[in-house]
Amino acid sequence: MFVSLDGVRLAYPSDYGEVLALDGLTMGIEEGEFAAVVGPSGCGKSSLMRLATGLHLPQSGAIRVADKPVTGPLSITGMAFQNPSLLPWRTTLANVMLPLEIVRPHRRRLKHERTAYTQKAEDLLSLVGLEGFGARFPWQLSGGMQQRANLCRALIHDPVLLMLDEPFGALDAFTREELWAVMQDLHAQKRFTVILVTHDLREAIYLADKIFVMSARPGRIISEHRVPFPRPRPMDITYEREFVDLVQELRGEIADARKEVA
Amino acid sequence: MILTLLKSPRAAPFIYAVALIILWELAVRIGDMPVYILPAPSVIVGAIVKYWSPILKNSLVTLWTTLAGFLLALVGGLALGLLVGWSKAIYSGLYPLMVGFNSIPKVAVVPILVIWFGIGVVPAIITAFLIAFFPVVVNVATGLATIEPETEDVLRALGASKWDVMTKIGIPRALPYFFGSLKIAITLAFVGSVVSETIAANAGLGHMMLAAQSQFNVPLVFAGLVMLAVEGIVMYAVMAEIEKRTTGWARRGGVR
Ligand SMILES: Nc1ncnc2c1ncn2[C@@H]1O[C@H](COP(=O)(O)OP(=O)(O)O)[C@@H](O)[C@H]1O
Ligand SMILES: [Mg+2]
Repeated sequence: MFVSLDGVRLAYPSDYGEVLALDGLTMGIEEGEFAAVVGPSGCGKSSLMRLATGLHLPQSGAIRVADKPVTGPLSITGMAFQNPSLLPWRTTLANVMLPLEIVRPHRRRLKHERTAYTQKAEDLLSLVGLEGFGARFPWQLSGGMQQRANLCRALIHDPVLLMLDEPFGALDAFTREELWAVMQDLHAQKRFTVILVTHDLREAIYLADKIFVMSARPGRIISEHRVPFPRPRPMDITYEREFVDLVQELRGEIADARKEVA
Repeated sequence: MILTLLKSPRAAPFIYAVALIILWELAVRIGDMPVYILPAPSVIVGAIVKYWSPILKNSLVTLWTTLAGFLLALVGGLALGLLVGWSKAIYSGLYPLMVGFNSIPKVAVVPILVIWFGIGVVPAIITAFLIAFFPVVVNVATGLATIEPETEDVLRALGASKWDVMTKIGIPRALPYFFGSLKIAITLAFVGSVVSETIAANAGLGHMMLAAQSQFNVPLVFAGLVMLAVEGIVMYAVMAEIEKRTTGWARRGGVR
């Protein structure tokens, strides 16, 4: 397993005792796999992301990424959130290149090989359909374009693991589907491992090879589904019988998970 | 014609100012006001012309003490603001202290400064500094405190150190807040230096006005007042312009 979480427990301290976010969570993802995690809101999906990137450490259980136990932030991962969080004082290109100023060994090389790195960032921008927008400031871009740039920023340092926390959640339906296609192409081309957290079941099924369903808080994995559809998947597939059936099945599971708490 | 001029935002301030001066002049003449109560504008202008040399000298002293205190406040305020914004622990330890200190009326500190440094420009500079640095600290710390946690996470997940987070996000984000505090800081520094000059100094506009008052030279007192207004307005305008030029991205475009 490329990413594995085993019996993980995470609690946040709070004013009224501790909030148990995850308990007994176990999951495994193969290298190059596109995994999606779906579950009711507040079940600990974002917490799961923070664990896998080493931003938080679990109170118990083991987390391994690329055959090493996770003991702190891992620069082999890239991250993108729902909020594009681009820095407004930097151009889009400079935003995309930000990780290169942090991650070794790029950090050291950046000064001498700036043209090569700039080229790389521009290539990535054109790959997501943002050719020629590098000089714009983020606030001059639409929401969809900002999210495209955000993906580029997550990928510029060639991470082997991409973590996406509801990255398309705030976009309109058309833009969202456009970005699904962009995401599918990126994955096909670069073959990184992906963990996508989402509450959009169509999104999860369209993009993922494997879907994990989480219970209500404290979150754990209650089921795991393989998505059988061959790639590349056309957008129309989301309206086909088998696809819709899978959506319904997942819906049912999440509805039950929600009932447990209600 | 006058009506359209009155409505134009550029000309209006001048028209109102001129109108006020004319009104003042007329009121003093018609009311036959004694010069030691309220001198007419023409008399004040006369005093400025007559005493131009001491007025210029003292204006410059006030100007440079204010600017010196102001610059110290910027440097100190920026440094302390970054320190306070650096960590929650430093914030919770230092902030109450600073609030407490800030609530002391700075006039009350001047006698102590005189004991330590004697009468002269030093107490004026320090008073200007003490009164002006607080808003700088608060603004810079606010800029740091309002960094979106997600932005910080993106960097930290890449293995960024606290220092990286500070230089890549913290400082650029705090800068518009810092420049936004310049206008307040310069105004307060000016208050500080003039208050100090009025209590204990041997130069400066405050000192000059105090000396003129003791000789019942009321036109000169008012001349000092006019010079203070001019200096205050000019310094404020300069800071407003600097703010406008340095906070481009925060205002989404405009001047850059
Ligand atoms: N920093 C925190 N401090 C305290 N509680 C938190 C913190 N972050 C998240 N939580 C709690 O943990 C639970 C899971 O949160 P999260 O992982 O953000 O869920 P999701 O992303 O699935 O909506 C929620 O009940 C939330 O209130
Ligand atoms: Mg979340």
